[in-house]
Amino acid sequence: MAKIQGAVTVNKERCKGCNLCVVACPTETLSLQPYEVNDRGYHFAFMSNPEACIGCCSCALVCPDACIEVYRVKID
Amino acid sequence: MDIEDIIKPENKVYAAPELLEEVNMHYCPGCSHGVIHKLVAEVISELGIVERTVGVSPVGCAVFAYNYIDCDWIEAAHGRAPAIATAANRLWPENVVFTYQGDGDMSAIGTAETIHAANRGENIVMIFVNNAIYGMTGGQMAPTTLIGQKTSTSPYGRRVDLNGHPLEITNLLKELDGTCYVTRQSVHTPANVRKTKAALKKAFMNAIAKKGTSVVEVVSTCNSGWKMTPEKANEWMAQHMFEKYPLGDLKNSES
Amino acid sequence: MKGNEAIAHAAIRYGCDGYFGYPITPQSEVLETLEALMPWDTTGMVVVQAESEVAAINMVYGGAATGKAVMTSSSSPGVSLKQEGISYIAASSLPALILNVMRGGPGLGTIQPSQADYFQAVKGGGHGDYHLIVLAPSSVQEMADFVGLGFDLAFKYRNPSMILADGIVGQMMEKVVLPEQRARRTDEEIREQCPWAATGREGRRKRNVVTSLELESDKMEIINHQLQAKYREIEANETRWEEIDTKDADYLIISFGSVARISTKAKELAEEDGLKVGIIRPITLWPFPTEAIRKAAEGKKGILVVELNAGQMIEDVRLAVHDSLPVKHFGRMGGIIPSPSEIVSALKEKLIEQA
Repeated sequence: MAKIQGAVTVNKERCKGCNLCVVACPTETLSLQPYEVNDRGYHFAFMSNPEACIGCCSCALVCPDACIEVYRVKID
Repeated sequence: MDIEDIIKPENKVYAAPELLEEVNMHYCPGCSHGVIHKLVAEVISELGIVERTVGVSPVGCAVFAYNYIDCDWIEAAHGRAPAIATAANRLWPENVVFTYQGDGDMSAIGTAETIHAANRGENIVMIFVNNAIYGMTGGQMAPTTLIGQKTSTSPYGRRVDLNGHPLEITNLLKELDGTCYVTRQSVHTPANVRKTKAALKKAFMNAIAKKGTSVVEVVSTCNSGWKMTPEKANEWMAQHMFEKYPLGDLKNSES
Repeated sequence: MKGNEAIAHAAIRYGCDGYFGYPITPQSEVLETLEALMPWDTTGMVVVQAESEVAAINMVYGGAATGKAVMTSSSSPGVSLKQEGISYIAASSLPALILNVMRGGPGLGTIQPSQADYFQAVKGGGHGDYHLIVLAPSSVQEMADFVGLGFDLAFKYRNPSMILADGIVGQMMEKVVLPEQRARRTDEEIREQCPWAATGREGRRKRNVVTSLELESDKMEIINHQLQAKYREIEANETRWEEIDTKDADYLIISFGSVARISTKAKELAEEDGLKVGIIRPITLWPFPTEAIRKAAEGKKGILVVELNAGQMIEDVRLAVHDSLPVKHFGRMGGIIPSPSEIVSALKEKLIEQA
């Protein structure tokens, strides 16, 4: 059976750490950086659990700052 | 499979809309405006109408919408966007003209312009971002503020005897013969974002087809004004706002 | 025809793209005439009866922002309502034409003629440092002519023009020669002539944004300096006035609009009494013919400023002549029009008997 695997990139300088992508993600792939901040002082989002990503775009859809790009592959 | 092997151009399924400028938006973290901006930018691109689209930005938080979406814009005086859009479209009938307005703009200071543009059936799209508060000026009461909701000018909660009732202007617009499509949406979940995009696309297509006025209300959050985290604001909106402002199509002349 | 009707005909013939108005006495004939002439079927001109003066001026702002030649008309209380929009139009450097057929105020006032909106028209009216180009017609012919002049100046300087008429020229019937019908500019011509306009991005990569907002103070000051530089250029190039027999006169009567015609009759009556009187009629109230008045006043015994108000233009006359000679005011208010003999009596009383 084909398996879907996804990945996202976060434009960390554009991210404002609002956490909405983290909440929207159905697979708990994303987290906010616990310590590191971007140039504007925000704890930006990152893939803390990349294996879980299914490339569903939920995070990107709800992101108010358009900082997330989503990639998806089908693995046979 | 390694992440590096997935993150390749051929595997890309979502990117920022090409009409959205690569500048940091001034909105607070988690603000609904950003999502709505993305959707407007996507719809204009997908319909291939950027060369004949003119936006009218309001006074309020979205005043700088013209810095973010790469189409022509006219910045309106507070509440007057529908009057400006009326002229912009009457004088250039082949152009697609939309207004982007908040609750103060649309349902307080600009009520007359809103209702009369819709009543004339101007071939325009009105995008109405209803977050039940005045964000730009620091969280004052809006006509759409809920009963009991605390704002800086209703610090003990909105009272009917002092402040009247929340104004459901979209319901009023539904009743006018000039409107062809009136809908109320939200952008707090991925599914709702998709629905709002579909609603915006229908509204813009109505304008292209000169069917009359389309109104897309987006029930939104103002987490700074509400003094909540973005996440809590979404929860609060779902619990309280949707009761007064239920989601769905209020009018769709085709159906 | 009536002055107000002449405005409507002249607008169509100029190739005006859009008129947006709201009825108010004494200028409703402008909108009525346009609706009766149905120019949308002939030239393609858009005519909209708006829900208010506020909406109408914002339609003008919106239309002007797309590069079209657009106008509105109203009377004093309605023009007060339009001031916010006029300030935005001026601040955004947009061309537009606004007609004010003045009636007696303040407040709801009367519906009879007045010139009490002089300050409002030439000193700003709305908020911020801006100027309108203000034209004061004294005849129905000038009502017609100033539509074209007002639009031409508005587009030349990307600045709103105002025709400041009074209820007399608005309602008075005279013979008028209307301008030839011109074709409206095509959309392509507008895109070429107004590369700043919000026409849609067709043919352009970069978007156009029409706005008067700039939150950074240093940039906002630069915008103000640019506006002021434009105003100095307009002052240098566009000041217009009419002079009658000022050289050999002992006294000057200065008045604008329809009152200038009454003053001209008064001059003739005064001459029968052996007085030598010259007339100056500012045609542009802004820019004001300061230099012309200063020169004409040299060696004179006194100036009488006659207006349908409590004394407004007299301030600009006094600024022009710097107390070098007596400057007195004679005005009627509330919609009353003075007779020529009243003006002669005022001249004798204020400049001769009291001197």
